[in-house]
Amino acid sequence: MKISLFIPCFVDQMTPQVGVAVAQVLERLGHACEFRSGQTCCGQPSFNAGYWDEAREVAIRAIGVFDGAEAVVGPSGSCVAMMRVFYPELLKDTPHETAALDLAARTFEFGEFLVKKLGVTDVGARFPHRVTYHDGCHGLRELRVKDEPRQLLRAVRDLELVECDEAESCCGFGGLFSVKFPMISTAMAEVKGGSLARTQCDYIVSSDPTCQLQLDGWLQRNWRSPTGTIPRTIHLAEVLAGAPL
Amino acid sequence: MIAQDAQSPQWAKKKFLHDAKVHVQDTGHRTFVQKALGGYFLSRDAQKARYRDWEQARDAASLAKWSAVNRLDELLPLFVANFEANGGQVHWARDAEEARRIILDLVREAKAKAIIKSKCMTSEEIHLNAALEKDGYGVIESDLGEFIQQLRGEPPYHFVFPCMHVRREEISELFGKFLGTPPTNSPEELTMIARRHMRQLYVDADVGITGANFLVAETGQISITENEGNARLTAALPRVHISLSGIEKVVEHLDDLAVLLPMLATAGAGQQMTCYNTLYSGPRRDGECDGPDEMHLVLLDNSRTAILADPEQRDSLHCIRCGACLNVCPIFKNVGGFTYGTTYQGPIGSVITPHLRGLSDWNHLSAASSLCGACSDVCPVRIDIHHHLLHNRRNAARTVPNRWEKFGHQIFVIVASRPWLFAAGGAIFRHTLGMLKRLPVPLLRDWLATRALPAAPRKSFRQQWRQAGKDSL
Amino acid sequence: MKAAVDTIAAGGMSARDTILLRVREALRLPAPMPHFKSLVPSGGSDIPSPHAGGSSSAGHAGLAILPLDVARPWLPDGGDTPESQLAILANNLEKLRAQMHRVADLSAAADFVLSLARTRDWHRVAYHGHALVEPLLAGVPCATYRVDGADAFDKSALEHCDAGITACDAIVAQTGSILVSSATSGGRALSILPHVHIVVATLDQIVSTLGDALHAAKHRGAGRMPSMLSFITGPSRTGDIERILVLGAHGPKELILILVG
Ligand code: SF4
Repeated sequence: MKISLFIPCFVDQMTPQVGVAVAQVLERLGHACEFRSGQTCCGQPSFNAGYWDEAREVAIRAIGVFDGAEAVVGPSGSCVAMMRVFYPELLKDTPHETAALDLAARTFEFGEFLVKKLGVTDVGARFPHRVTYHDGCHGLRELRVKDEPRQLLRAVRDLELVECDEAESCCGFGGLFSVKFPMISTAMAEVKGGSLARTQCDYIVSSDPTCQLQLDGWLQRNWRSPTGTIPRTIHLAEVLAGAPL
Repeated sequence: MIAQDAQSPQWAKKKFLHDAKVHVQDTGHRTFVQKALGGYFLSRDAQKARYRDWEQARDAASLAKWSAVNRLDELLPLFVANFEANGGQVHWARDAEEARRIILDLVREAKAKAIIKSKCMTSEEIHLNAALEKDGYGVIESDLGEFIQQLRGEPPYHFVFPCMHVRREEISELFGKFLGTPPTNSPEELTMIARRHMRQLYVDADVGITGANFLVAETGQISITENEGNARLTAALPRVHISLSGIEKVVEHLDDLAVLLPMLATAGAGQQMTCYNTLYSGPRRDGECDGPDEMHLVLLDNSRTAILADPEQRDSLHCIRCGACLNVCPIFKNVGGFTYGTTYQGPIGSVITPHLRGLSDWNHLSAASSLCGACSDVCPVRIDIHHHLLHNRRNAARTVPNRWEKFGHQIFVIVASRPWLFAAGGAIFRHTLGMLKRLPVPLLRDWLATRALPAAPRKSFRQQWRQAGKDSL
Repeated sequence: MKAAVDTIAAGGMSARDTILLRVREALRLPAPMPHFKSLVPSGGSDIPSPHAGGSSSAGHAGLAILPLDVARPWLPDGGDTPESQLAILANNLEKLRAQMHRVADLSAAADFVLSLARTRDWHRVAYHGHALVEPLLAGVPCATYRVDGADAFDKSALEHCDAGITACDAIVAQTGSILVSSATSGGRALSILPHVHIVVATLDQIVSTLGDALHAAKHRGAGRMPSMLSFITGPSRTGDIERILVLGAHGPKELILILVG
């Protein structure tokens, strides 16, 4: 299958290694990847802020970029939810509605794509660490992806998966929310980050780079652990790209 | 609170930001509230597990409310006709002011000396107690939580658990001060103090005021849900029973309650059924030994028809006020109930308050959400709560846009529409980020106050991809 | 729209007419169906598809509504045989901290009430006229107060009673609820004001679900229901102080069900 990579703006500019890992995993599974360089941002910042007219322009453009792609795969539950769930709403009753629905049917979140579309749970990776998984809210509730990343992690050699007691709580990022209401956002990071860190994991695995930004940002600055170690966040794709030694 | 509406623009937002900031720093309070909800989560999950299919039950509950709300034009008159046929009297109130006047008139006609009241959020909405007191009528809140809040001089903190933020020591002190009782640390003893205090008051009251949870159209009954028995007493002993309800509480069939009553209890309080679910149709009948001589129902609009007129958010009128969405909301749990400054706190409050009290003053509640969607997941009647927060944001951007914000988003579109500009802008951002971090750049500064920011990579993904010779298109 | 309505209203329209006009105007635009997650059309299911009655823009006509006697196989189970119903009921009552006491006949029930009155040293017990209730009062060693007797109802007298004994309309296995009414349970206050509420019922009064109980109540009332119907689910309770459960908030602290048969 020819896969078109959907590299969200944040990944492109701030965490390119995640995009690289996605391509590595998919290519190792025998699928060709393309990156359509016309892509920029999915428009979620404007959409979430209520500026739908602005977001609509960006969305229409993005739909054009991925025109004809067999499968569009992105390493962010949030940005994929924007395309799959919110583009159709944003473009409802416009001439672009059909195209939006068509793209929605071809767009997948990375872990979900591996398990549901490719039928793969074991990608042959090794990652000798204790990890916990952080569910990004959009992946969890807009896309209903919960089990797939865990299935993938359980198949990784030497990896120990533990759950935290706030597994379904939000990390508090929420895009512009994190800077418009920094005190609430930080309090939420404290609840979720603390719960994740208390599992005494080495890594917090996530499918949303912006959740990682929030959790890492809070933990590195604030977490005081009895052992002195602060867990780092890592994207699911990076864990899966870790080849067996 | 009513007077504040007229204050300077953005007063509500400023107050929200201020109170939120104060509240999140009160870790003790946050932990206390979180801990108080711990038992709720356990019993809720246990009760939910008794449903053979909770999701189907949610579908049925939302269908029952949807079909009633969307035929309110038919069902409201049907309900009223049946209620009146049962001997009840209906009063219509277009707004809070009219509802207060109606109730004051009824109380005056009844020559009330003592009024007892059971929990009714709609009465909070119209600030009924203040109006009664202003006219010299004493009114006693009989629900334990509401009674505690009344003594504290505070509105409810949570519309189902009114005093969940108050510690037992504070209640003990409060009772000591107002009722002269000795200090105690036992919730049981504190409850018994209130029980003893209240009993004679029920007997003495000549007017009882209650709310209503459902109005059953086909039978003309009102349904009241409660745990303590105080509403039962309020509607049994006084000579006049006045009930206040929003017009949206109509359901068509008595049978709908077979789904809605257990779901309200399970979602909201982790119970299989609330202790008392009572249907009233009018005053005492011939042959009945007790009950009020008169029963009045005040039907309140107060902008509910404005929500009804918005098909997109009409489902927010399906709300059965179970409180489940508050209990799971990270915003509610971190900023607390009072920070909202609204009658209805939490996610559903953030959705409906802009309709009830104006979008320009109250849109910040819709903005103050990470859109995590935990609320919509638990709502027993499947209200699309968190998406409605988005809808409110969109409506605000359309009707009361912030000029600077709009400008920012327009710039964003220009950049996002031009890959070269996007790449160049990104490169500049990445290369200057280290420096920007040291400058008081708005937004960035707000982030950095509490959180670290990683260093930017030298090369973007698109650069790396191109250099690997893999670019397509 | 609202402005237009209000202009008309200003011309002396009553509150009732204004609100009903606003409602009618508001409903001109149909609202989409809720986002159903599980009710999809399926041949074998006895739950009709919500989509069967028309598309999402059906407006007022043709709304599909669940039939009233639908089995609702997704709610908590109420049991479909008398044995299973009794077992579910007993389990529910125990969790609710209500007491259930089974007796063979009314005289055994009377013995039980007598022993309660003795051990607890009751001074006065309230009751109402009913074939199941009156025999229980026969030998009680204390004063009694009949709420529906010849004298007018006296709330202070009732307030001074230690216990109230009533019959009921039905008992719901599914939720452990006891349905009382102003017609069959001695008015409104008897089942709520005294500190202990004793309900006497026969085994055949147990129904499976809330739906069954509501259905029966509606037909029994035949268009004229008692002025109060109340599902009592366990003794009165509150969690208002630190969300800690306390029994006996304002209503009875104890709920005792005597099942005869
Ligand atoms: S919106 Fe839903 S969850 Fe929230 S109080 Fe209303 S019914 Fe309950």
